[in-house]
Amino acid sequence: MSNIPQELRYTETHEWIRLEEDGTLTVGITDHAQELLGDIVFVELPEEGEECAAGDDVAVVESVKAASDVYAPVTGEVVAINTKLTDTPELINQDPYGEGWIFRVKPMDPEDYDELMDADAYQELISEE
Amino acid sequence: MPFIPHTEDDIRQMLEAIGVESIEDLFDEIPANLRAGGLANVPEGLNEMAIGRLMRERAAADARTLCFAGAGAYEHHIPAAVWEIATRGEYYSAYTPYQAEASQGTLQLLYEYQTMMARLTGMDVSNASLYDGASALAESVLMAVRANRKSKSRRILLPRTVHPAYRKVTHTLVHQQGITLEELPFDPERGIVDPAALPEAGDVTAVVIPLPNYFGALEEVDALTDWAHAQGALVIAVVNPTALAILKPPGEWGEKGADIVCGDGQPLGVPLSSGGPYFGFLCCRQPFVRQMPGRLIGRTTDLDGKTGYTLTLQAREQHIRRSKATSNICTNQGLLVTAATIYMALMGPEGLRRVAAASHANTRRLVNALEAIDGVHKLFDAPFFHEAAFRFAQPVAGLQEALAAEGIVAGVGLEADYPELGNSLLLCATETKTDADIDQLAGHIRQFGKRSDSTRPSGEFRMA
Repeated sequence: MSNIPQELRYTETHEWIRLEEDGTLTVGITDHAQELLGDIVFVELPEEGEECAAGDDVAVVESVKAASDVYAPVTGEVVAINTKLTDTPELINQDPYGEGWIFRVKPMDPEDYDELMDADAYQELISEE
Repeated sequence: MPFIPHTEDDIRQMLEAIGVESIEDLFDEIPANLRAGGLANVPEGLNEMAIGRLMRERAAADARTLCFAGAGAYEHHIPAAVWEIATRGEYYSAYTPYQAEASQGTLQLLYEYQTMMARLTGMDVSNASLYDGASALAESVLMAVRANRKSKSRRILLPRTVHPAYRKVTHTLVHQQGITLEELPFDPERGIVDPAALPEAGDVTAVVIPLPNYFGALEEVDALTDWAHAQGALVIAVVNPTALAILKPPGEWGEKGADIVCGDGQPLGVPLSSGGPYFGFLCCRQPFVRQMPGRLIGRTTDLDGKTGYTLTLQAREQHIRRSKATSNICTNQGLLVTAATIYMALMGPEGLRRVAAASHANTRRLVNALEAIDGVHKLFDAPFFHEAAFRFAQPVAGLQEALAAEGIVAGVGLEADYPELGNSLLLCATETKTDADIDQLAGHIRQFGKRSDSTRPSGEFRMA
């Protein structure tokens, strides 16, 4: 069974989102997604300061068997990227909800966060797959 | 895959099951204005006997000529062993195999090819080839736009000294993608881009630098490279591989070197054969490898620790990345690359240097011989490699026709692509030309000039 932390929000495209104290949102891919992808060998990160709209592909996670886009969960601006992934992309496999975070986005409308799926809904989504 | 034939009856039954009248009906959702229709310039088919005769006649016409044309395709001596080996059954295929890893010999050959090209260009990585030099430049431009994420303009500076056909092909392949190609003019005295006259550029994504350029002249690559990098642009070198045997590799141009290097591989063991097939090469620095199109072969070790070869970084390619692949190119010019690899292995760095040096020396003789003729002037004074442009006193079409009657291909006219360069020809002499060949060319040009002088009207009163 995949680990789906209760305190996070989720998307249908298997990103997780954490609301930080300063109102920014940290984004990564779920434990379920990293399991499906297998060994991750490369991450293409967005640029800091890049504007994104909800649903834009902003990063790419490449494993030995596939390359998968990572989508912005909300409209906003990329304010931080996890540069550790450049040299150690396997952090996404090892610690998807911690050291394996991918980017942080400052939402244009803070209420967008509330629209995202909660853990139970995501659990239901992946059990249907 | 088994061969499954269809009878007329099978086809009719399938059409009935689908509910259409004819196979043509399956395509009727494509609007008529998007259909290609007939191809006006393709002649009617010929039977085997007739096509055999036509091809023999054309081959015989090619073999008789003394060729001083270059302009992107160069006649070099090809050691007999090259095509003897390349056409062995084990190698004789145009494709990377579908079950690639089952063909270790082919993969090893491609790996050796990549190693040789990376060394020749001074780059970290080479792909397993592209279609030709022109499409390699177009792919390089697309690659630079993906790789230079700091630049938002999608503007490419493309000197007018780049091969006109390469510029046209690049335009065709990139102009629908919001990429602008902006021409850089050349200095009419020198025949190269003047680094001192470069404009205030603003945001530029990449600058293309040819070496040698279309006129055979050597651009000031160090100054151009440093200028491009100072604008935040990537540098795309488009080069002749033979020239790199004696010139500084693009990886060492300027302070930081070129970023992407491409060109046509034809000079490396591929015969002229009426214009193709040739192959394109594409090399780059390590950080850009994920933006590179085409196949890449890597060396690895298997479970038993033995060396093996494998396709690598396939996540860039269309069978995995689908619509976001770096390119829709899925195969390469395997057979031509096989010949080129054998050619380079036979020649070695020293052999290739001698080919390049002899070609340059012969072109120097050609320049001296032609400049000694009344009414013939070398167009540009920049240093050249194995090709140079000349202006003649008479229209060059007549000159080319007269020399063709003597079995000589007297270069390539420039006026069609450069209207300001009327009565001009681009001429090339590789290592295959002897002093006698050059004397023969010069002799015929001199005679043609005298004949034209004697038939020219002697006064200007006719104008009135």
